[in-house]
Amino acid sequence: MTRLSMPSDRPSHWLSYPRFVGRSLRLATDGPRSFYVWMTLLTAVFLVGANAWANQVAHGMILTNMTDHVSWGLYIANFTFMVGVADGGVMMVIPAYLYHDRRMHDVVILGELLAIAAIVMCLMFVTVDLGRPDRFWHLIPGLGRFNFPVSMLTWDVIVLNGYLLLNLHICGYLLYMRFLGRTPNPRWYLPFVMLSIVWAISIHTVTAFLYCGLGGRPFWNSALLAPRFLASAFVSGPAFIIITMFALRRIARVPLPDGPIQTLVKIVRVTILINLLMVVSEVFTEFYTGGTHTSSAHYLFFGLHGFNGLVPWIWTAIACNVVAAILFLHPAALSRMWVVVLACAAAFTGAWIEKGMGLIVPGFIPSTLHEIVEYAPSLTEWKITAGTWAFGLMVYTIALKIAIPILSGRLDGYDVGADDDASGAAPAS
Amino acid sequence: MTDQQTTISLPVLGEVSRRTAMKGAGATLGAAAFVAAIAPLRHLGESLTADEFMQRHYKELSAEDKRAVLARLEAETASEYGAEVRIGDLRPIPGTKFVYAINLSVCNGNGACVEACHRENNHDRATNQSYIRVLEMPKGTMDMEQGNTTYQHPVPADDRFYMPVQCQQCDEPPCVDVCPVEATWKEDDGIVVVDYNWCIGCRYCEAACPYHARRFNWKAPEVPAAEINPDQGYLSNRIRPQGVVEKCHYCLHRTRAGRLPACLEACPTGARVFGNILDPDSDIRWILEHKRVYVLKEDLGTKPSFFYFFDQ
Repeated sequence: MTRLSMPSDRPSHWLSYPRFVGRSLRLATDGPRSFYVWMTLLTAVFLVGANAWANQVAHGMILTNMTDHVSWGLYIANFTFMVGVADGGVMMVIPAYLYHDRRMHDVVILGELLAIAAIVMCLMFVTVDLGRPDRFWHLIPGLGRFNFPVSMLTWDVIVLNGYLLLNLHICGYLLYMRFLGRTPNPRWYLPFVMLSIVWAISIHTVTAFLYCGLGGRPFWNSALLAPRFLASAFVSGPAFIIITMFALRRIARVPLPDGPIQTLVKIVRVTILINLLMVVSEVFTEFYTGGTHTSSAHYLFFGLHGFNGLVPWIWTAIACNVVAAILFLHPAALSRMWVVVLACAAAFTGAWIEKGMGLIVPGFIPSTLHEIVEYAPSLTEWKITAGTWAFGLMVYTIALKIAIPILSGRLDGYDVGADDDASGAAPAS
Repeated sequence: MTDQQTTISLPVLGEVSRRTAMKGAGATLGAAAFVAAIAPLRHLGESLTADEFMQRHYKELSAEDKRAVLARLEAETASEYGAEVRIGDLRPIPGTKFVYAINLSVCNGNGACVEACHRENNHDRATNQSYIRVLEMPKGTMDMEQGNTTYQHPVPADDRFYMPVQCQQCDEPPCVDVCPVEATWKEDDGIVVVDYNWCIGCRYCEAACPYHARRFNWKAPEVPAAEINPDQGYLSNRIRPQGVVEKCHYCLHRTRAGRLPACLEACPTGARVFGNILDPDSDIRWILEHKRVYVLKEDLGTKPSFFYFFDQ
């Protein structure tokens, strides 16, 4: 259709940016049948979650299985884990920008887009955990009363939203420039990329400080918490990206090179061992010392006074982590796809349990008065959690859908109409 | 152009337009389904008035604002609970710092304080909520791990002592530090309060408190009109909204008017002592000066305004 005038004319951004948005919208909503099936499925799950949340707001959080004893549950567990996933993308940014790995540079946006989707999920998980989401504005600096810098939660609000904005800017700018056919000006993105590396570390550090700063909760009150969070984030994030890259190759036929995948595998080989070392270090300190400060760890790993609701969870996590470590370290991890995919899936699941339910819930069991009240999520909590995951996956799918054609130059210009059928038909077969 | 294609969605229009039409239909269906999914929120929209939504933080309310807020809350209690109540807003008495002490040699775990708190503070009836928990402890240990809060037998049991725990009104309250919206703070007379109309319900304070002093309203409290205590305070025992955190406030609607906390008045053993630590002639001052008192979890540095002691 309309060809944009030559770059030398430098058309106004007021004209070209809406065109970029329109084109992105097209890319986001066009695809083969498998794409529609996938999106419809996600929408359905999201709607179930939205409905469960609306009911929870209307009738109260009595619909969850949380209590005054275990006052945070599945939502905050998933929130904590997703901060780690958002962090993981930085393991692509560092090789790409600090070590000038060219091939990683070409695909680094997969990690930055994942960060966006993950942060969106984080914000949703915190929102669904609020008893009064209608009072959300009390948290907005200037409008409400923002207890900064004393409350670590206000720090988290700043770093999470900041990280979201940073990645939106970096991805948005690069895609827009590629859309215009111009070379991105490093001045407009490199400083932000460098900042995002530091910032990525900050989001998980601050999130760990939420918990480890609480003197009344000995299970969390450990200086190792923030480093442990980072180590496991650098396992779960790359694991998710590796699986995504294989999926894009297989399902969407995007010609992704092997190099970045191998780089990520090599990174995880180190981080997964650091993570296991930290777990061992923490477990040793707890059990060798003994005493009532270690009751939560006892409850988590072996059960306490006949209560053992989390024992199957944590041993599943440990099994996943150990299997993943062995698979990643095996030479086949660099050559056989199924080995890597299995390793990634195991590592991802292990981290989800260990840093989710395995971290949040034992902090409350036994309670500060040493009462034991167990917790297992309710159906409402599972629905809302699934809905949030579905929404996050939708965001990531759409982001990839927009980014990949623009980046790979498969649809380099503006004749979307002509390309529509071609792009629609090819991957479907 | 797009509109046209959406409205005339005949297959004869060809591949592109049919696809566009399908997309339009899909988007419409999705939007409609979303509206249906979040329909339960309308329930909230009906009960939440603009005044309540826009209400400022307690410390930012002028005297006039406060009057309007209290009148509105009284009217809401009348319409929702069918009870005529008076909601006051007593401020701290200058030169007062309230402190509590419990004599563990005398306390026999009868639980009258728990019950009195439940009634005084208009707690939810079904859940039997209260700000006080009593630990039954074996003599010879101070390790709460050995305590039991759910004992169901005549008291006092042999070789047991009883330790009631409620908000310790810390001078360094971790719950106040962590609140992201300053919905909870320490008043001049030492009482840590919550603005129930400002709390967003994140429950970070509940995680931070080392004494299990905070409670969350998992649902709107249910109290029969006849059982509602009509003597209420904005920062104390008025009926709390759903989805916010609450805690012991040393019955400030009573104590700031010169009365004693309900838990103390109900105690049949005389184990509880309450008063102004700044008053040199007060009972509480005598106890702190002459008894060997201790505080819970002193190692955490929370500096409680709540003390325990033994006679012998």
